[in-house]
Amino acid sequence: MRKKKRFSMPSKYLLLLLTLLCVGLMFVTFSASVSLSPVQTVSGYLIVPIQKGINEVGRWFSDRVDYRATIRELQEENQALTEQVNDLTIQNSQLVQDTYELSRLRSLYDLDVKYSEYHKVAARVIGKDPGNWFSTFLIDKGTDDGISVDCNVIADGGLVGIVTGVGKDWASVRSIIDDSSRVSSTVLSTSDGCFVNGDLQLMNEGEIRIVQLLDEDDKVAVGDEVVTSHISSKYLEGIPIGYIDSLSYDANNLTKSGTLIPIADFQHLHEVLVITDKKEMPSEVEGEE
Amino acid sequence: MKRVIAYFLMIILCFVLQNTIFQALALASISPNLLVILTASIGLMRGKKEGMLVGFLCGFMVDIFYGNLVGFYALVYMYLGYMNGFFNKIFYDDDVKLPMLLISASEFLYSLIIYVFLFLIRTRFDFGYYFIHIIIPELVYTVVATIFFYRLINGVNRRLEKRTKRRA
Repeated sequence: MRKKKRFSMPSKYLLLLLTLLCVGLMFVTFSASVSLSPVQTVSGYLIVPIQKGINEVGRWFSDRVDYRATIRELQEENQALTEQVNDLTIQNSQLVQDTYELSRLRSLYDLDVKYSEYHKVAARVIGKDPGNWFSTFLIDKGTDDGISVDCNVIADGGLVGIVTGVGKDWASVRSIIDDSSRVSSTVLSTSDGCFVNGDLQLMNEGEIRIVQLLDEDDKVAVGDEVVTSHISSKYLEGIPIGYIDSLSYDANNLTKSGTLIPIADFQHLHEVLVITDKKEMPSEVEGEE
Repeated sequence: MKRVIAYFLMIILCFVLQNTIFQALALASISPNLLVILTASIGLMRGKKEGMLVGFLCGFMVDIFYGNLVGFYALVYMYLGYMNGFFNKIFYDDDVKLPMLLISASEFLYSLIIYVFLFLIRTRFDFGYYFIHIIIPELVYTVVATIFFYRLINGVNRRLEKRTKRRA
């Protein structure tokens, strides 16, 4: 051992110092929205490239495995798909007609801001949170592509989550199945308001909890579509979330709660779309979590 | 200096592995906690101070990328590292039972802390469910992962120690 007098702090004091630092940081990030973006940017440079690399390797392997799907399977699939194409062609021509009609009606009603016109950025999922308690993930696009905190994230045509942290070329997304997520939403058929809460207990079954549904006429049925509400402060209006799977009255006999099957497939989330347009709200309005 | 670099590399490696490969390998959506293994092992092998610092860095990484409240995970991991440091005195290089026991205890404590501070506080009272579906599987999986990862970490530590002894 080199004999060299160096300044060294007893570990007890170091522990105390770091504890204070952590507690301080917690207070700072909880009370004031102090941005840690410099630290995040630096660590992003370090971590994100490695994660991207590992994901590339993983994708290569899974591609190899997919490649081995037998020809028979592919033939069957091809046949089924051909039939589907025929069906869809017919359906499509009908829909095109409907679209023309819709656009005419829309221009009539002057409803020009709609879901279809939002700016979207496609991103890849490059990492999931290390614990088993929450459900947040990292994507490989960040401020460079116009993503900022509170941007909505969709996949498979349904809501996935919301951006909670962002760096130069990465962003972390809290999914709606996360236990701390709460989305103000509406049942499409009856326009009744409700909340969609993530729940760890239901997460493993691939469902989300739906609460505080005020359904006075008792018209909401299993299978009804639930979309984000127009009164939500962070989520854009009318993004599909899922379909009602079960529903029952709460103890107060006024509101209902139940479960919802999300449209997005959270088990196999590879690519997502980030809507870079954000809902514009007066700054004093406090949003839901 | 070599040791500092080695620590940094190990922390980054564990963090990245856990975020990517181990989430893909998750059984029943449960994955092992490599960061706890790393923190507890370093604490045990090298003592309170190094365990504490490694834990702090591990937790800080989690905080930056995934945490809502920066500092929380850093605090939890730091104390895990520090507590494992107390057992440094009875640490023998070729003994596997003590590290296994300590890492399991650390993992259990970690899960318990997460439950109390992030779930119980939001009126999620159903401890039985979380215990059976999250805590126990994670514990078992982590112990299995420990069998491999502890050897690796111990190997790195042995190499580093040899180097310093030769220099003496």
